[in-house]
Amino acid sequence: MISVLTAGFYTTIQDLGRVGFAHIGVPVSGVMDGYSAQLANQLLSNSKQDAVLEITFGTCRFLFEEPQLICITGADFSPRIDDVSVALNMPLYVEKGTVLSFGKQQYGVRTYVAVKDGFTSEKVLESRSFYKGVTKEMLLKKGDQLQVANLTKIVSKTFASVKVNKAHFSSKKLCCYEGPEYHLLSESQKNTIQKTLFTISKDHSRMGYRLEESIKNNLSSMLTSAVLPGTVQLTPSGELIVLMRDCQVTGGYPRVLQLTNAAIDMLAQKTTGDQFRFELISL
Amino acid sequence: MSYNLTYKPFGEQAILIEWPSRIDLKISNNIIAFKNAIESFQQEKIADSIIGYSSLTLKYNDNLEDVCQEIAVLKSIYATPFFKRNTLSFNWQVPVCYEKEFGLDLQEMSDKSTLPIDKIIRLHVASTYTVYFIGFLPGFLYLGGLDEKLVTERKSTPRLKVSKGAVGIGGSQTGIYPTTSAGGWNIIGKTPISFFDIEKETPCFASPGDTIQFVSVSLSEYKMIEKQVLANTYVLKKNRQQ
Repeated sequence: MISVLTAGFYTTIQDLGRVGFAHIGVPVSGVMDGYSAQLANQLLSNSKQDAVLEITFGTCRFLFEEPQLICITGADFSPRIDDVSVALNMPLYVEKGTVLSFGKQQYGVRTYVAVKDGFTSEKVLESRSFYKGVTKEMLLKKGDQLQVANLTKIVSKTFASVKVNKAHFSSKKLCCYEGPEYHLLSESQKNTIQKTLFTISKDHSRMGYRLEESIKNNLSSMLTSAVLPGTVQLTPSGELIVLMRDCQVTGGYPRVLQLTNAAIDMLAQKTTGDQFRFELISL
Repeated sequence: MSYNLTYKPFGEQAILIEWPSRIDLKISNNIIAFKNAIESFQQEKIADSIIGYSSLTLKYNDNLEDVCQEIAVLKSIYATPFFKRNTLSFNWQVPVCYEKEFGLDLQEMSDKSTLPIDKIIRLHVASTYTVYFIGFLPGFLYLGGLDEKLVTERKSTPRLKVSKGAVGIGGSQTGIYPTTSAGGWNIIGKTPISFFDIEKETPCFASPGDTIQFVSVSLSEYKMIEKQVLANTYVLKKNRQQ
């Protein structure tokens, strides 16, 4: 068991999300940065499906009530175990009674903490991912006791570690495909979308990121149809919204671009004021 | 009935199939039938399917290595006559209390449209609404069949909080808020029925192709039903339909 001493700004339990429930309007959810979360599970030889902690902007503190094998990946918020700085991207053995805390931001937005064999919170609709109205909890709070799989044996004494992929956090290029309504854009609109250096506005969450720069829009709205994580919608006022993992399943704004999965992972590590360009690729 | 469909890749893991762009029951039935056929033949490949008014989006379990090949498979399924599986569909009798306490915008709608309040209520319960699909929020039904006289622009300033169960009209659509959320629809009543209950084996009782009949109930009936819903003893009336 792990106790939450400080819950931080926005901390949730996430796995790969709810697949197969879109027909009743349930979003996919799941880890925002799939690349980093998967890396944490891989380094512990966990299953891909194992649930991890997703910590947004650090600041939380956890007390280990039992010895654990953990791995921290994603954003670097200067993690410490008790008073000792610890590395990201490698398995760490933590003693009973030690405290994991986070400090100054070095890079990135979302940090992942995996434990050996995963967190074992309640599964709802086949997933442990927190989502309002589906799971009882929406956010972790101070005093929560997180259930984890029992640490039975440590398989190997020599653990792999991997070097931080800096480009994952710093790249200003997000790859995307043409969205279903891309062809309705004029040449000049297409040009603007591909050339503009876009800035992330203050309005961003697990549901979506609203961008600062707008585009002249004369497209009419469309009949409600599916949207996916990574869909870039063009609103009537010309704003672009990049939908993220907690997005609704249908929408009525033209879908001009569709980010690759890798690009969604990269965007999940960006925040207000960060800039990027859309790089159009073909299938 | 067969339509000229458009197939488009939608990112690296999904295909979007589009019908002529209009709200039309025949199109909706064709989408549901095609979806059922695809799910029977391609079950192991498809992770999720999302129905829209005139579209079907198929999410695959894996990245699509060869989109053209997948589209060819889908086209051949569509070209083969598929017989509508005898799927059960139901007409659900949903109790709604239209009294002032809940019908927050009835007066304003009446003032704007010159329809008296009781006429608005009579028109709203007179129609049978078809469930086209479920989206936006968990358990939010996209319903077709609103009487043209009831078509009302969305409110210019959305409410920050519309309570769970509120029944509203937004443009040519009517619907029920499955959870408390922000919303810009004109609120005309409230139902004590849950449209999304995670404790139930089927969290949302309605499916595309079902129909909804609103039944006007008094405030005291509303309160009684609300108690029964909470105690899990209320049985929603339904009729099988062809």
